[in-house]
Amino acid sequence: MSRDSRLAWINGLLLPLLNILTAFAATAVLFLLINVDPIEAAKTLLYGAFGYSEGVGYTFYYTTNFIFTGLAVAIAFHAGLFNIGGEGQAYIGGLGAGLVVFMLFPGLSPWLMIPASILGAMVFGGAWAMAPGYLQAYRGSHIVITTIMFNFLAATLMVYLMVKVLREPGQMTPQTVLFPENAWLPFVHDVLAKFGIEVERSPLNMSILLALVMSVVVWFFLWQTRWGYAIRATGRNASAAVYAGISQKRTIVIAMCISGALAGLVGINELLGYHHRIIMNFHVGYGFGGIAVALMGRNHPFGIVIAALLFGTLYQGGAELAFEWSNISRDIVVVMQGLVILFCGALEYMYKPWLVRWLAPVQEVRS
Amino acid sequence: MSFAIELQNIDKRFGAVRANDQVTMQVEQGSIHGIVGENGAGKSTLMSILYGFYQADSGSIKVFDKEYWFNDSQQAIAAGIGMVHQHFMLVDNFTVLENVILGAEGGYLLADGIAKARKELQRLANEYGLDVDLDATIDSLSVGLQQRVEILKALYKGAKILILDEPTGVLTPQETDELFKIFAALKEQGVTIVLITHKLREIMSVTDQVSVMRQGTMVAHVQTAETSEGQLAELMVGRKVLLDVSKGESEPGQVLLKAKHINWQDHHAVPRLKNINLELRAGEVLGVAGVSGNGQSELLQVLSGISPIQQGSVEVKGHTFDKSQQTTPANMREIGMAHVPEDRHKMGMITDFSAAESAILGYQRDPALNQGWWLKPELVAQRCSDLMQAFDVRPADVTLKSANFSGGNQQKLILAREMEHNPDVLLIGQPTRGVDVGAIEFIHKRILDMRDAGKAVLLVSVELEEILSLSDRIIVLCDGEITGRMAAEDADERSLGMLMANAQKAHDPLSQQPSQTQEQEAQA
Repeated sequence: MSRDSRLAWINGLLLPLLNILTAFAATAVLFLLINVDPIEAAKTLLYGAFGYSEGVGYTFYYTTNFIFTGLAVAIAFHAGLFNIGGEGQAYIGGLGAGLVVFMLFPGLSPWLMIPASILGAMVFGGAWAMAPGYLQAYRGSHIVITTIMFNFLAATLMVYLMVKVLREPGQMTPQTVLFPENAWLPFVHDVLAKFGIEVERSPLNMSILLALVMSVVVWFFLWQTRWGYAIRATGRNASAAVYAGISQKRTIVIAMCISGALAGLVGINELLGYHHRIIMNFHVGYGFGGIAVALMGRNHPFGIVIAALLFGTLYQGGAELAFEWSNISRDIVVVMQGLVILFCGALEYMYKPWLVRWLAPVQEVRS
Repeated sequence: MSFAIELQNIDKRFGAVRANDQVTMQVEQGSIHGIVGENGAGKSTLMSILYGFYQADSGSIKVFDKEYWFNDSQQAIAAGIGMVHQHFMLVDNFTVLENVILGAEGGYLLADGIAKARKELQRLANEYGLDVDLDATIDSLSVGLQQRVEILKALYKGAKILILDEPTGVLTPQETDELFKIFAALKEQGVTIVLITHKLREIMSVTDQVSVMRQGTMVAHVQTAETSEGQLAELMVGRKVLLDVSKGESEPGQVLLKAKHINWQDHHAVPRLKNINLELRAGEVLGVAGVSGNGQSELLQVLSGISPIQQGSVEVKGHTFDKSQQTTPANMREIGMAHVPEDRHKMGMITDFSAAESAILGYQRDPALNQGWWLKPELVAQRCSDLMQAFDVRPADVTLKSANFSGGNQQKLILAREMEHNPDVLLIGQPTRGVDVGAIEFIHKRILDMRDAGKAVLLVSVELEEILSLSDRIIVLCDGEITGRMAAEDADERSLGMLMANAQKAHDPLSQQPSQTQEQEAQA
């Protein structure tokens, strides 16, 4: 095997695998410290995620969110941008989805209502990402700083809107009235029931199809269109992109808009798909999780779907763990997910120098 | 005579590139020693090794007759070596004093160190004539003064040997004169100075000895008094076996590219192009000669639309562009210009992309490759394999990563991309840099084919041989100015070398009298 294909294998498969195993090992140590048998815990986790159809539904429901945010991070990453504002973009995307629903005539056909709401989520999420993109491209403000600040802006804005403007009259809870039923995305268990397949009820809804379609669309966009070409060229070699007549500024803004639009779709899964109203903090954790998903999935839609499934499993299986084991609290589950993000995200390349030296050493050049 | 620095057989390799190949050099104590060479000749690498930034693969370093092996620059500083980098290593919002003590604070609390430093710096300033306000912040100082701070910093840390990397690149002529005065004062006090530059005039005016580097090797050591700018230029560029290029008479047609009064400054406000006027006709090759770094890159970038026009105008096939009517690389391509950039890795291709993707760089919008929104992979692959076939690119594998082709094949792919698009105006920068001999011949032939097909070709090269054998007319760039224009048959390496060094400008206006070159040639 040539050195390049070895490197590709190391980068694409071995490294993410080792990282995730390290995260699991660290979790196992943690479990031993609190007197939990890691093997038993793993069994509980897997049972929780895949052992019964309601659990599977939850797992895929979480996976859907991670696909959206993972794709969002990946698109920006291909343009050389680190979008860590997925949280805010998802939150504002949900606002957009809801506002469109409330603006439209409640009796409007779902075939119009739902696409319009999806569009609303994408436009709002995209616009929320466009501002940092514009500031990066034309004013030189660093995208990492601005996107993270926009997360806080989104959170405060939503608190204000939910408490003061959009709250259901006569209710103490900061949430809106229910969406008209025409705006509800069908649940998967309802759809399957129509085909005579009985599964337990779960929040899993048709958004998962949207997520899978978006994965294909993003793949096509990045690798099969001239705009994707421009984005990748800009991310890989900005001066070559300029030479090729690609406007770096425009590309940055466009990539951020698309990134934000994808993150905004979290609002569709959460609000149109499950809660059927705008609520507070439906987005928490998915934006940041998306970073780890994109890193693990090597910024490729296929990898992102796999990585998102892993995170979905951890979310649902973790919830089961907390439920079944008295000495595992919800916080331990968060720590567990944190370890995965730590080893797959922050320490992504920890093993790389060793792996390269061992499996694909540089051939000495002797001339 | 004792030596301040002795380098023996220094070898340094970066991947497959030999940046330094058995380099040996001695610098006399208390002298000003110049190192000249083109960009990429290995002079900065050599000095980085001496300063401990890089470690040599093999060889030995002696400083003041003591053998050293520097693992980092701290050790080099301790041995008495100071370095002033081309790009200053200063903290902009610190004062001069704070910058000088950076890394030598002398304790957890600053007050003591600062007081001591102030006294020492005043002494140094008086001794060497290095006047600078110690309490001014760096960003309030001119570039020349910032450089002084760098020199002070090195001296404060006890440097007895001062290495300066292209110190005058960012200076105005007045500041340069000031700097040279400082050199004289330093030399008087016994400081050894190593000056890295590619400006020959400076070498001639301040140094005692010169070492010449070319492609990683040391090609000559000479006493400055016994050499000339022309000889140095020749040594730097080097003679190569004459590549046999047979070319017929050119038949120049109409003017396709015209540049008028182009002035251009970089973002440090240093003028890089000064009043450039040129015309390029269909069916001719106009060679742009010059030591690299004298404005060639900037000229290509302005002409191709990459850098905005600041002053003057560019006219391509009747379309005029100027400060208010800017153009873009995409627009220039549409008009019928193609551009082979000087640096294929930085600009010509994306090394992480597959060959197929690099082969459409700049042509990604081509309707022949797109079907609606779809940039069709099979059309892209087909385009690439056509180009590979036409220019004999090996291996002819369109999926191979661009980085994995040899330099010559990368260059052929880029040339194929630009030439096969059938442009009317072709800008080519360094077409054969780092390319093997076989490919050179092939590339030269293709360039002449373009000319014979009635295309206008602007050829920028630091290889005089290449300029002489391919061009119909030649212009010489020196320090951003056109210092000579002549027909190719009136030019030879000597006369070009002189113009590249701008040696004769003052008393010998060659540009107006091409016949004079012929006389010189006859005498020589």
